[in-house]
Amino acid sequence: MTPALFIGFAAMLVACSLMVILHRNPVTSALFLVLAFCSLAGVYLLLHAEFVAMVQIIVYAGAIMVLFLFVIMYLNLRRDLESGVHIAVRRGVGWLLGALLLAEAWVLFGHRWAQGPLASDPSLAGPVGNTQAIGQALYTRYLFPFEITSMLLLVAMVGAVVIAKGRGPHATRRGETPQPKEPA
Amino acid sequence: MIPLSWMLALSAVVFVIGVIGVLVRRNALIIFMSIELMLNAANLAFVAFARSLGSLDGQIFVFFVMTVAAAEVAVGLAIIVNVFRLKETVYVDEINLLKG
Amino acid sequence: MAALWNDPNVQLVFWALVKILIILHVMLGVVSYMIYAERKIAGHMQARVGPNRVGPFGLFQPIADVAKLFFKEEFTPDGANKVIFHIAPMLAVIPALVTFAVVPFGPQDALRVTDINVGLLLFLAMSSLGVYAITLGGWSSNNKYALLGGLRSSAQMISYELAMGLSTIGVLLMAGSLSLVDIVHAQERWWFVVFQPVAFLIFMITALAETNRAPFDLPEAEAELVAGFHTEYSSMKFGLFFLGEFANVISISCIAVTLFLGGWNGPWLPESLQFIWFFIKLGALLFFFIWIRWTFPRLRYDQLMNLGWKVLLPLSLANILFTAVLLYWRDHR
Repeated sequence: MTPALFIGFAAMLVACSLMVILHRNPVTSALFLVLAFCSLAGVYLLLHAEFVAMVQIIVYAGAIMVLFLFVIMYLNLRRDLESGVHIAVRRGVGWLLGALLLAEAWVLFGHRWAQGPLASDPSLAGPVGNTQAIGQALYTRYLFPFEITSMLLLVAMVGAVVIAKGRGPHATRRGETPQPKEPA
Repeated sequence: MIPLSWMLALSAVVFVIGVIGVLVRRNALIIFMSIELMLNAANLAFVAFARSLGSLDGQIFVFFVMTVAAAEVAVGLAIIVNVFRLKETVYVDEINLLKG
Repeated sequence: MAALWNDPNVQLVFWALVKILIILHVMLGVVSYMIYAERKIAGHMQARVGPNRVGPFGLFQPIADVAKLFFKEEFTPDGANKVIFHIAPMLAVIPALVTFAVVPFGPQDALRVTDINVGLLLFLAMSSLGVYAITLGGWSSNNKYALLGGLRSSAQMISYELAMGLSTIGVLLMAGSLSLVDIVHAQERWWFVVFQPVAFLIFMITALAETNRAPFDLPEAEAELVAGFHTEYSSMKFGLFFLGEFANVISISCIAVTLFLGGWNGPWLPESLQFIWFFIKLGALLFFFIWIRWTFPRLRYDQLMNLGWKVLLPLSLANILFTAVLLYWRDHR
């Protein structure tokens, strides 16, 4: 049953990813990306990475993509205009380079690279799940990188607020309402 | 049992789709989504190798990748919103001047 | 045929489907009678009688309402994004229904669809997907009020999701498991609401915000936004949004009972009947939801954001820290 499920999830993942880059409407693209992330979570479940699968849905589908949608709606983008000669040329080159990259991967796989089955290590797929093991590793061996990521998030948060606030002529400071002019 | 190479092939395909998206599209938001696709392809390879080697380190790297992705999206979208305020466009080939 | 039937995989899928079917239909019934209860309770709170014309005590009112919804005109506004406009109401119901897959109604295996080792995370994942229905419904209607409602809801639900997720961590620390069945088993002596009153309070407030119930119903605030995200929806599509809201209320109450109120645990009843306790607690929480709705006025938008980011989030972080320190002290005394 597992190979059938894998093929199903993989086909959905590839189809949704293609729709992300092919569809002209940014909102539809974002929705297909959500679907792609959900099918990727399915693949993670097949790899016995339950915790990663759920975090994938919570973080990517539930937070990051909502942010994308919010921005698309806020900017009121409807359909992308993609026409003209230089755009067509660039698109051709893009597909060509992509096909080249795929061919490279094909050749690599053809040369008997990455052989062997996925190991079924019982310590990873026990009934209690791997959440506890991940937590242990994250707070012992990877404590320092973990703290660094928290700093990274803090910096990103401050950066996003500072950038989005803007310094243009129309920017007003938060909580400061423009005062009506006193009649002279 | 699924062979490891299937997982890696899937990861490669998704990564290539992301690369094509970055090269082909000119909407900055779609380019961002394509970058997310590439990061996720890398995550898939990490998880597949974690399973194959019987070690959790790959799964832990996925968390760090997700954190970086979240930080990148927050800052990147803020930049896009700001650029849109200045230039009224999100098409990267129309944003070609350093002058604001 | 017999060989196929004896295959454990087939059995698993078959029984899961049977349970899903039962839950789906019970849910539909409970939702329609919850709407009746809401109208009746609201009536009595406002010194009215509430619906009393259709059947004895107005008991057939939900049936009449559904029949009316079915016969209304199905309207799609001009300039709407048709596909997303049709998908959004479905997205409102699906996450709420998926959550029921991990709710343990009773101690027996027959009374739950499944028990997975990341059950609580599945609930959080589904509640984070719930935002799409409202946001997309509001956006695809091509209507200013609907768009404003959709934007409000996406900001509101993301903000309150954080505090909700963090408020459950205190429970996780005490239970030491993400499986909802294990969490209920950990509450056999004391319910977690005794040790985690602050977390319970935060969870209930964020639950109100996540389900867009008053006093957090800003996405539909009828006084300013006509009807918010569902301004353009009519007929059964509107009905689906309604169903989604109440299904969300019920699923989130189920999770609250499981996490804080001891699930099926309760005195006096034998083990085979303990699921009755679950439903008593669930009924009490549902009444609480209705009671709140008709008691509190709606918050202003800046008050909502201040409450979420400046009060609930720091409070839930402090609660985690406090719980962790206490647990460490208990184990290493």
